[in-house]
Amino acid sequence: MTDSALPDQVAEIRDDFLELDEKLRLQLLLEFSQELPDLPAKYADSPELLERVVECQSPVYIFVDVESDRVHLHATAPRESPTTRGFASILAQAVEGLSPAAVLAIPDDFPQMLGLSKVVSPLRLNGMNGMLRRTKRQLTERLAG
Amino acid sequence: MSWENTSCVEVLRRQRLQPQSCVNSLREPSFQPNPPRGAPGTPRVIYRRYLITVEHDSSSSKFASYAHPERLVTADWLEEHLGSPGLVVVESDEDVLLYEIGHIPGSVKIDWHTDLNDPVQRDYIDGAAFAELLSGKGIARDDTVVIYGDKNNWWAAYALWVFTLFGHADVRLLDGGRDKWISDERPLTTDATVRPRTEYPVVERDDSVVRAYKEDVLAHLGKPLIDVRSPEEYSGERTTAPAYPEEGALRAGHIPTAKNVPWSQAVAADGTFKPLEDLNSVYRDGAGLTDGDEVVAYCRIGERSSHTWFVLHHLLGFENVRNYDGSWTEWGSAVRVPIAVGTEPGDLASRGGSHHD
Repeated sequence: MTDSALPDQVAEIRDDFLELDEKLRLQLLLEFSQELPDLPAKYADSPELLERVVECQSPVYIFVDVESDRVHLHATAPRESPTTRGFASILAQAVEGLSPAAVLAIPDDFPQMLGLSKVVSPLRLNGMNGMLRRTKRQLTERLAG
Repeated sequence: MSWENTSCVEVLRRQRLQPQSCVNSLREPSFQPNPPRGAPGTPRVIYRRYLITVEHDSSSSKFASYAHPERLVTADWLEEHLGSPGLVVVESDEDVLLYEIGHIPGSVKIDWHTDLNDPVQRDYIDGAAFAELLSGKGIARDDTVVIYGDKNNWWAAYALWVFTLFGHADVRLLDGGRDKWISDERPLTTDATVRPRTEYPVVERDDSVVRAYKEDVLAHLGKPLIDVRSPEEYSGERTTAPAYPEEGALRAGHIPTAKNVPWSQAVAADGTFKPLEDLNSVYRDGAGLTDGDEVVAYCRIGERSSHTWFVLHHLLGFENVRNYDGSWTEWGSAVRVPIAVGTEPGDLASRGGSHHD
C-alpha cells in the first residue's frame, strides 16, 4: 500500500508509532488505551446496538456512526484489557470525522503498518484487523441503510 | 503414619514443610546449577533442597496435601516476602499491556508471545536467548521465581512450564494469580522495576521430559490424553475457545480417545486451585487417571494445557505428564492424523487410505 492511500490523520498515527523505538511503541499503545473515551450515553444505554469484535481476546464492542457524512467509531472494552482498548482507540482516532469513502479506503493491513508485530505479537494484532474489518462492514451497512 | 513406611522423597518433603528461617545456608558452596536429570534412583527433590534460596510457603494446609506444595505460594506469603533476596516475581499475562497499568511492586514482566517464543520458527527460544532474557530481567539461575498472571494463571503456568524446559529449579505460581491479588486489594504499582543484570547461564532446553511433539503424541495414542478445551471445541462444533479468535486449525474435533476435562475444572470460584480431594474427583474419578499413568495434555496452543500440566504434575503428583504445545492448531491442520468428533472420546480404528510406500 502506498502512502497516498492513507488520510493524513491516519498516516500521522502510523508515523507516531514508527518514529519510536520498539519498546516505546508499546508505551504509545498504552497512551492510546488511556485515551479511549467512554461510550456516549445513547450507546451505553443500548448495548444491543454494539457489535462484539470476536477476533479480539477481550470483550470489545464497537458501533459506527455516520453524521453529516462524517464517521465516528465508538468502542468499549474493559479497563483490564489495555491492549484491546489501545487498538480500539487507535482506530477511533484514525477514522474520527473522516468521510465514509476515506474510511473504506484505509487499507485492511493498516494494523500491520504500525510496527507493533514484534512488541505485541502478530496473533494479538489480528484483533485490530477484526475491528477494522467490522468497522468497514458496519459503515457499508449504514450507507446502504 | 510411621516414618519407616515412607519413601525417602516423602520424608524430605515433610522436612521441608517445617517452617524454615533463611535457608541461604542450605546452598552448597559448590552449587550445581544443572543436576543430572533422572539419574536412576536419585530423587530429584534432594537437589531441589540445596537449590532453595527462599523458604517455602508452609502456611497453607491446602498446599500441604498436594504432591509438590513448594510449587505454590499464597498471596499473604508473597506480600510478606516481597523484596526478599533471591526472590524474583514475574508477571505473565494474556494482555501484553496489563503489567504496565499496574503490577506487583518489584515484579518483572515476561511475555509468552514476545519473550518466550522464537520470532521466526514456531518454537520456544533457545538457551542463549533464554539466558539473555533472564539476565536482562535480573533473574539468576538459583533465584526463586514466583510467576503470576491474568486469566487464572494460564500464561503464568505456560511461562512456568517454559522455565521448566530450561531446568530452572525453583519456580512457583501465585495461587489465584493477578485477579485475586487485585480483588484482595493488595499493593500494585506502575513504577518501573529496575533489577541489576545477572549472568544467567546458557542452558540447553530439554524438551524430552515435559514437552510432547506431534510425533510423540502419535506414539502415545492408547495411553491417557486429556483435552482441556471447552466442550464445544472438543466435540468439533468450533475450533476456537468460546469468544476467542480463530487461530487457524483446518479441522475440528479432538484426538481420538482423549478425555475432555476443561482446564477450569481445576479452579475454584476465586481463581485458586481446588483442594486435593476435588482435583482427585475430577482427574482420578472423573477422567480415570491412575498412579503411574503417562499423560499428555493439550488444548489449542498449549496455554490452557500448561495449567492442567501443572495440576497433574505438581499438585496431583503424576510423574510423567507432558504438554503437547502444538495442540489443536497443529493437530487440527496436520495431514492424516486421526480425529474424532462428537462428545465421546472415540476409538483409534484407522479409516481411509493406506500407505503405498
